[in-house]
This record gives sequence, structure tokens and C-alpha cells, in this order.
Amino acid sequence: MSSIEIKATPEREGISIPWGSLAPFIALAAIVVLGALINSNFLAANNLLNVITRSAFIAIIGVGATFVIATGGLDLSVGSMMAFVTGIMILTMNGLTPSLGPWAILAGAGVALVVGALCGLLNGLIITVGRIEPFIVTLGTMGIFRAFITFMSDGGSLSIDRSLREAYRPVYFGDFLGVPYPVLITLCVVLIGAFLLYRTKYGRRVTAVGSNADVAQFSGVHVGGVRTMAFVIQGICVAVAAICYVPRLGAATPTTGQLWELQVITAVVIGGTLLRGGKARVWGTVAGALILEIIANVMVLSDMVSEYLVAAVQGTIIIIAMLAHRFTSAR
Amino acid sequence: MSLTLTKSAPVSTAAPALTARGLSKCYGQIEVLRDITLDIRPGEVHAIIGENGAGKSTLMKLLSGHATPTGGQLFMDGKKVNFADAVQAEAAGIVLVHQEILLAADLTVAQNLFLGRELSRGFMVDDRAMNRRTAEVLAQVGSTARPTDRVGDQPLAQRQLFQIARALLDDRKVVILDEPTAMLANDEVDALLRIVRDLRDQGVAILYISHRLEEVETLADRVTILRDGDMIGTWNVSELSQRQMAEQMVGRKLDMLYPPKRGTSKDAPILDVTALSVDGGKFVGSLVVRPGEVLGIGGMIGAGRTEFFEGLMGLRTAQADKIVLNGESITSPNVKRMMAAGLVYLTEDRKGKGLLLNDRLGPNLTLQALDAINPGFQLNRKGEASALDVAVEEYDIRVRSLGIEAGKLSGGNQQKLLLAKVMMADPSVVIIDEPTRGIDIGNKSQIYKFIDDLVRAGRACVVISSELPELVGLADRVLVMRGGRFVAELEGAEITEQNVVYAAASNRKTAEGRTGT
Repeated sequence: MSSIEIKATPEREGISIPWGSLAPFIALAAIVVLGALINSNFLAANNLLNVITRSAFIAIIGVGATFVIATGGLDLSVGSMMAFVTGIMILTMNGLTPSLGPWAILAGAGVALVVGALCGLLNGLIITVGRIEPFIVTLGTMGIFRAFITFMSDGGSLSIDRSLREAYRPVYFGDFLGVPYPVLITLCVVLIGAFLLYRTKYGRRVTAVGSNADVAQFSGVHVGGVRTMAFVIQGICVAVAAICYVPRLGAATPTTGQLWELQVITAVVIGGTLLRGGKARVWGTVAGALILEIIANVMVLSDMVSEYLVAAVQGTIIIIAMLAHRFTSAR
Repeated sequence: MSLTLTKSAPVSTAAPALTARGLSKCYGQIEVLRDITLDIRPGEVHAIIGENGAGKSTLMKLLSGHATPTGGQLFMDGKKVNFADAVQAEAAGIVLVHQEILLAADLTVAQNLFLGRELSRGFMVDDRAMNRRTAEVLAQVGSTARPTDRVGDQPLAQRQLFQIARALLDDRKVVILDEPTAMLANDEVDALLRIVRDLRDQGVAILYISHRLEEVETLADRVTILRDGDMIGTWNVSELSQRQMAEQMVGRKLDMLYPPKRGTSKDAPILDVTALSVDGGKFVGSLVVRPGEVLGIGGMIGAGRTEFFEGLMGLRTAQADKIVLNGESITSPNVKRMMAAGLVYLTEDRKGKGLLLNDRLGPNLTLQALDAINPGFQLNRKGEASALDVAVEEYDIRVRSLGIEAGKLSGGNQQKLLLAKVMMADPSVVIIDEPTRGIDIGNKSQIYKFIDDLVRAGRACVVISSELPELVGLADRVLVMRGGRFVAELEGAEITEQNVVYAAASNRKTAEGRTGT
């Protein structure tokens, strides 16, 4: 992003520092400093890596959500979809293990990506072809996916085959040169997301559709196609998150991914993406996901506030973030 | 033209209802209004004219409490007043009727009029009383709507009347009208001007902002001219001709507003439409467009001109027996296909459908031609930047910085940006819907020049316009639409305001085919 972009766009000349888009990173830095002051263990490499790794799921799904929200859409089904994809993936892997051995993991991951993309496509098509509000459609599919995982796990736990555990474990717990794999995967997803959003025609059309769908249509942009594609990207991101998630607990349950949709939307919005569409901030979304996870971590470490109140603090953060945004953009 | 109202009383000499002395306004470092002194007397229509960016809207905001002055003082009936907000100004009897329609589409007319000040009986809203009062003011402004009609179902012209009706619910000393006729067709303009005269005769002081100089000449008693934030002066309207007003506005002698005509083109059609049916037969028509001509489309607002051409563009459901565009045969138009074949449409709704107001100029300019500028998957940022440089130069888009958002441009510059945007696709036929709506006379003549240039370069231009002088001044040939059908074709000397109005307004049976009366 850095210097090349600024050189190539002289129209940026004369614009002051964009405090609005820096705000999530400033907030992130402030919370890190706060954490360090409250408990010196917070800055321990182990703890930090742990926190960052745990935020990977929300960050990965958040990248997809950034696309959806930037087109003016909303996806409430991501948490349930994650659980559903996880369930399908485990069933596939368990079914293929006798014939494929450890290769069943790759097959399962491939199936997960396809199922994720199809779930997204389903959401997108119902919304664009059926002309129904994204809120309503994904509220419906949220229930459907959740019911499916409950049905598949028979209300209990759906575990992966014991023989796969050792081979699959490193995807969540392993590292490359000290950087955990989930963090590397997140980085890849974010880089691809940023490239799509800021460097391609598709990205330009995403923000155009979110900014004003009529203008986009009158300019020859296929509005429905752009919207549907955003949901497909969201589905693929959910699948990637599922692939990282399965080795963590080795199982899917009816509560897997519950309420993640709220965390994802919170991360996206804290990150500076406009909920009404038209402005996308992929890196901001990552900052948002980190902020949520770090707050939870600091609260656990601090003993000052009960960790049962984590959600309350996160809820307060999103409101404060929005107030700050209103305050800075009003001037 | 139907502006036949005559002025009655001589210019009012009553003591001013509202006086501004030395009014100034700065936004940050930028002074947008300097030292404005004027008074508005009861029983007069005081017109404010000036090019876009001259400071008219800022002045309106200061007078109506929507903004506070950074210098100078307001007086009402000789006493100093300061308004913190529009509510205080309204309480003092000053009301601004916005140019844009600010109504809630899903509420009824009465609910809109009383929004925020509902009448009540105890805890319950008193719908009956509100509907009764609404019916009274609707009658006063000559609206045919009922108080219980949903606003969203009403045409734009009616909504404009509702805004004025809302301003009249209470007794007003000063009514400020910001380009009230910008969205109206000629007969509706007449009705509105009558209402304004009625108000004046009741002793209301009226401040009237308009781009239509002929309106100012017929309606106003005095006129104040602004230019670049300065006040040029106040005159009795009888002292100035329209031409003199225009020259004071732009600060120079005006060249001919319309470029010379090109004459009827005899070339083979570049676009040939046979029986295009839009929205399931509501709008139906056939037409040919030849290279090197400006084809004007006349008609009343609501005649279906915009709908027909949006259909031709593939922006509505439409089906034709045959469309031949640059040799390509098409029966069901869709936007991408039509654009690829060389047709573009410049919408009348600049802010709603034309530009991304929150986006910068670059993305706006290239949105329609993304594939042409960026052959690959990736964006070609260098290409985009140089496209913007070229467009700003070629279309004379005046901006302080290329990095600002399109919404911050004046109407004229927005229109030029929009024109540059649709021309990026290098079309051979350009449809322009209301090319100069809401823009000032300097930019108008520039846009006429652009249209002339592109037609002389061998392209064709279809101009849909509700401004008769514009239609007559620009078009080599005119089609008139009425009730969703083309009812007349005019060429050469037949193109007069009278003929267009006659064809647009008269009974279809008598106007079928050509009219020459």
C-alpha cells in the first residue's frame, strides 16, 4: 500500500492527515499500552502471540464482512455458517480417512472452501435475485445453518477422527519461524482482500455499489453481480476460518461460532468501514479484531473487572468508536 | 411561453421586514460572503441572482438561521436579531423553502406538513384537525393532492408545492424560496408564480432565488445580484433587462449563449429504434438519430421522456421490435451492451444517479469506463490519474484540489464532471437529460459549446429538456412526447417555443403526426 500508492495518485495532494482512517490503529496502540501498564505479563511474547492467534478467526471472517458491508450489505449468518462448514468438513474428513489417510485433511479443506463459497452464493442470490433485505435473508440462513450443525452433531459434539489429530494439529498450534500458522493465514487473506479492494476494478465497483447503487447501475456496473460476489468472498473467508478452527478443538458443536457475527460486524465497524457501505477498510478490520481480543485478554489478566463482563466492555467499545467517528467526521 | 403575469403595484416602500447589514461568512480560512447589505420589504418579491458559487445559498442560510454569520448584523422590524438555529428564525417569522425536496416519502401529506409540530388532543395526535388545516393550505398553493395521500406517490411538482404549503402553515413575515421552479414544468411554474404573487399581496416579504431570469423579470420587484461572494448591487427590476442581469452576474459581456445550429442532418441514422416499449407498454416510441445532429426531446414533466430513454439504455425493462445502433442489432437493451455499442445516457438526477458524492473525482470519472482504462484485472492508477488531468482540462472543471469529493463541487462543475464521465467511454450517441438543470449561465453556455463540439465531431446528441429556450436554441430537430408517446416532430423553422408547447400540451388526436401551427 505505502509509498507506491501515494506517488501514483497525485490527487491526494493537499489533503491533511486522515485521522479518521488512522483512528482504529491509534486505539489499538492505546489499548496495548494500557494492557502493558496493567499487567507486565501482557507483553510477554507468549501471551501476545496467543492473543493474536485467537483473533485470527474474527479477522479472517471480518475481511469477507468488509466486502459485504462495503457493498451496503450485511451478513448475520457467518457464525452459524462457520459451524456448518466445520461440521461438513469433519464429516468429509472422517468419511475419507479410511481410503485417503492424512490426505483426507486436504480433501476436507477443499470441500470446506466449496461449501463456504456455495453458502455465500446462496445468501447472495436470494438477496439480489429475490430482492430481499440482506438483514432478513441472513437472519433466515443463520437459523438454517445453526439447525444443520445441531442436527449433524445430534445436539452433541462432532469430533474429527483420532488418526487425523496429529497431522492436522499444527495448522492451529504450529508456527513458521516463530509466527503461528493462523497468523500467517490471516496475513495472506488480508493481503488478498486489500489487493482486491484497492487495486482491482472489482474493488472499485464494490465501493461504488455501496456508495450509491443507482449511480453504479447508471454507470453500467452489474450491481447484483458485485453484491453476490461479495457474499461468495464472505463464504470463502468463513471456510478459511473453519479450516484454521477445526484443529483447535478438534470438534464442532451446536455452539461453535455462536455470536461471532456480532464480533465480526463490531470489528469491521470499529475498523472504519461504513455500515451503510461505500467505504472499506480491510486493515482497519484487522485492527478491530485485535482490539476485541486484546480487551478480553487484558480483562482476564487484570482481575479488576470480572471477565464475565467482556462482552459489555466490547459493546461499549463499538459505541464509543461510533461516537468518535461521528465527532471527527462532523468537522 | 406562458409567463404572462403582469406586475401590479409599484415597488413597495414599506419599512423593511428584514434587514441585513454588512453580513459576512467565513468557513475556516475561506470567506464565502463579504459585506452584504440588503433589505426585504413587506409586500415585495426581492430576487437574488448570481452564478453558482456566488454565495446565494450561504446568504439564504444566514438569513434563515441555518448558519450564523461571522460578521454583520440582522435586523427585524428595526430591532437587532440573532438566530442560533432555524427554529428560532421560524419562531420570528422567517422560513426557508429548500430547493431540494425534504419530505418523508412514506408519510402522508398532512403528516409531513406537521412533522415535528403535530397537533394533539391530550396524548393523542389530532389527525382530523391536521388534515383539515392541510387541506386549507393545499388549496392555498393550488395543489390537487389530498391530505391523506402518501407523499412518495406524488409527482415532484406536487412535492414542491407541499414544501411551500408547509412554510405557510403559520403566519410568516418573510418567506425565502430557493429555486422553487427548478423542478417544475411551465404550467406548474405559472401556478407557483401565482401563489408567490398572492403571498406578496398579503404583505409577506418574499426573497426569491432563481436561475430563470425571465421569471425574475416577470415576478420580482427588486433584484440583488451577487458575484463571487460580493454584492454587486440592488436594482428595481424595471431598470434592468435580462441580458443586463446576466452580464452583471458573470461580470463580462455574454457571448452568444447558443452556438450556431448545424442544420438538418441527411446522413444515414447512427441509431434507429423501432417500437421500443418501456415498462410494459407505458412508454412506446420509434425514432432515428443521425450523426452530426442535436435531437431535442420536448414535453411536459411526467410525459415519460426520462423513462423512455432510460428504457432505451436498458435501465428499465424494455423490449423493441428492433434497435440498430452503429450497425449492431439489439432487441432487449441492457446497459453494458448499449454502452459497448456506443450509447451513453447522462441522467437528469445528477446527485442521485449520476455521481458518487462521497467519492473523489477520479473514481467518479472512470467508473463507467473502468474496463476501457484498465484492460486487465488490476487498476491502472497512472492511467486513471492522467484521465482525470485531461478531463479537468478539457471540460474546464474548476476545483481547488483534485482530491476533493464530487459532492463538494458546484452544480455546474458536477455537471461537467458527469459529462466528462460519460464521454470517457467514447460514445457515438450521447443522451443528455436536462443538461443544464440548476446550473448557472456561465456553465450553461460552456455545456452548450461541449454539445456543439461533440456533434460537429460526427457524434449525435439527444437532448431532453424542459427549458424551452434551450430546446429551441440547441436542437436541429425536435420530437415531442406526450403521455408516453411521441406526438410531433419539428424541424428547422418549425422549432419554436409555441409549437413545442402546443404539441406537448394539446389533445393528442389533434397533435398526431407533424404540427406546424
